[in-house]
Parts: sequence; structure tokens; C-alpha cells
Amino acid sequence: MASLKELRARIGSVKSTKKITSAMKMVAAAKLRRAQTRAEAARPYATAMRRMLSELGRSTKGQSGQPVLLTGTGNDKVHLLVPMTSDRGLAGAFNANINRVTRNLIRRLQAEGKTVRLLPVGRKGHDYLTREFADLIVDHIHGSGGKEIPFSAAAELGEAITSRLEKGEFDVCTVIYNRFNNVMSQTPTELQLIPLAMPENDDVAAAPDAPVYEFEPGEEELLSRLLPRNLQVQLYATMLESAAGEQGARMTAMDSATRNAGKAIDRLTLTYNRTRQTNITNELIEIISGAQAV
Amino acid sequence: MPIEVEIVSPEKVLFSRAVDMAVMPGLEGDIAAMPDHAPMMLLLRGGVVELYQDGSVTDRFFVAGGFADMTATRCTILADQATALSDLSVDAAQTRLTALEASYEAADKMNVPALDLLMEKMQSARAEIEAAGGPAA
Repeated sequence: MASLKELRARIGSVKSTKKITSAMKMVAAAKLRRAQTRAEAARPYATAMRRMLSELGRSTKGQSGQPVLLTGTGNDKVHLLVPMTSDRGLAGAFNANINRVTRNLIRRLQAEGKTVRLLPVGRKGHDYLTREFADLIVDHIHGSGGKEIPFSAAAELGEAITSRLEKGEFDVCTVIYNRFNNVMSQTPTELQLIPLAMPENDDVAAAPDAPVYEFEPGEEELLSRLLPRNLQVQLYATMLESAAGEQGARMTAMDSATRNAGKAIDRLTLTYNRTRQTNITNELIEIISGAQAV
Repeated sequence: MPIEVEIVSPEKVLFSRAVDMAVMPGLEGDIAAMPDHAPMMLLLRGGVVELYQDGSVTDRFFVAGGFADMTATRCTILADQATALSDLSVDAAQTRLTALEASYEAADKMNVPALDLLMEKMQSARAEIEAAGGPAA
């Protein structure tokens, strides 16, 4: 049985841990709100871009010589995976989920005889993948460290991916990120970016009386400009979702940590009181039996 | 009859209102979006978008290239970067232009697409300086 002094010290330390976790929860909640606002603010651009792309896709359909971003290289040999994790831990299974999905995907692709290359975004994923797949990593990009993500970060990543594609370094590009369902749950999701799955069943495109567009300069020129930008926008959207998910996961993790700390304190306090009572009883017995012996 | 104009950057919606006319810098010349304009998509160069109401300009935005999607009733401008004219800074754009000119000098003169891209960025930076009220390039 631990002594009273030891118990007091442990209660003290659990109490301060609880204070820290509950503060982290509040911070995560505030950051989550901001991340969600940003994700919403970025949506109109993505929507308009999708509309334009589906319009362009409709009028260039069936033409030869389409951009490589849209059709891919025609091969399916080299896969570039872009796992998105956070820079910081203490977010529950947020990063572990991505790492697990990435690892399984690498194993599966390798079993199929494909070559896999990795371009991890965020420190946690990079740290994890270095241990096992150091030779597959072509480059890595740090996340924003919990700060707000500027569009330029996504633009740089998009340019890096596009230039690698143009050099023929890979055939298929897939992003693995945490999709934000709600504050409590994020689903690790694989999203194939190259070759791009064209948004076919768009409401606008499906309408039979949709107006016939004029394009300036040409359709190909526009498409070749829109596609890299679309890649960046999609990356930006996944980054924003991942950032919101990170805060959500951290909030949930810190919430349960706070609750667990509370329970631990209750348990320790009970033991402390019982021990104290036993000690008093023992002392009393000693005094009484001493007095009777006289 | 007004036309719904939206100016959107990847990060947020900057402007969304019905106006009489919007003049934007198309890659091959300025284009005005008015009600009942034929549906059209165009590439934008760096320049100023002017929004007209009752015959006079009400708002001006600088866009650093992008796309525009026009139909009879609305016009969506997808700007790579959009700033209200009052928030532009001549110095920042000048620094950027100098850096771009340096990288243009250093660039491989055989790589035509890369050179074109740099040229376009330089044009956009020059337009930004002009729009911010600096000396015209």
C-alpha cells in the first residue's frame, strides 16, 4: 500500500495533467471552428471550378491529345501516394489511421508488382514512413504546424506533383487523408487525383437545355490551365479537411483524457481517504491497547 | 436588368452582388460581362476587374490571372489571387517583379512553356504595380 505522501503527490500530478488536457481541448475546439469556417469559405471556388471542368469535359470529350493530368500516362505501374498527416500528435488515432491505411496500400500495390513512391505531407506521417519505407520517399512537405493553411501551400504541392508527372516519375497519384465526417469521426479516405475522374453527373452538365459555351482562347488551352489549378484546389480542400479533422480528433481525444483524469483522481482520492482512515484507526488501537496495558 | 457577379479566390468569396456590367482583363483583350451575354469561358491575365453600376465604376479588384465563366444571368470570376485595389502595395509587387525578372534571366531559354509562364507572371506583377498607382512599366 502506497504511503499517504505518495498518494498526495500522485493526485497532484493527475490534477495538473487534467488541467493541461482540458486546456488543449478548449484550444482544439476554437481552432476547429476556425478550420471549419475556412473549409466552407473555400467551397464556392471548388464548386465553380467543377462546373467549368464538367462543361469543358463535355465539349472536349472524345478528342485525342488530352492533357496527361486528365487521362494519365496510360500506364498503371508507378503509384505516387500522398498521405496527409498532422505535424503534432495527441490527436487520438488521427495519424495512426492514415499511417495504417498507407502501409496496407503500399503492401497491396507492391504485392501486385507495382512500384510505389511516397510524398508524405505532415511530420507525423513522414516520421512513421521513414522507419519502414525510407527508400520509397521521394520528398516530404511539412504541414502548417496547426496554423492556418494558406492556398500557396497547396499550390506548391500541386506544382511539385505536376512537375513530377511531366518528368514521367509516376503514373497514378493518390492522396490519403482524413475526411471530416463530424467532430467525433474522421474517415481515412483514398482520393485518386491523377488520372482525374471527371465530374460527369453534374446537374448543370446533365441539363439538356444547357447553353453552348464559347471558349477563349481554345478549349484545350483552357483545359490545360484549369487542370493543374483543379489539382491544387482539390489538394487544398483535402488539406483543409484534414486540418479540421485534426482539431476534431484532438478535441475528442483530449475530452476523453480529461474525463479519464477525473476518474483517476476520484479513485486515488478514495484510496487516499481509506488509507488515512486505516492509519487513524491503527493509531487509536495502539493508544487504547497501550492504555489498557498500564 | 442586372447581372450576378461573383469574384472568388481559392480561399474565399470576395465579392458577390448584382451589377450592371463587369469589365475584366481577358487574356486576349478586355471583356465586359453584361446581361444576356453569350455563355463563355475565358482565361484572364493579371489586371483590374471593374464593376459598373448606373454608368460609373463602383468597385475595382485586382486579379492575378484566373478564369471567368459567363452566362446570360451570372458571371463567376475564379481569380488565382484577388485583392481590393486599395489593399495593393507597389513595393511588394515591385519586389516580386524583380525576383521574376531575375529568374527569367536564369531560366533555360529552350524551355518555352516555363518561359511563357514566367512572362505571364511578370505581366501580372507589372499590371499590379500599375493598378496600385506605381509608375507604369
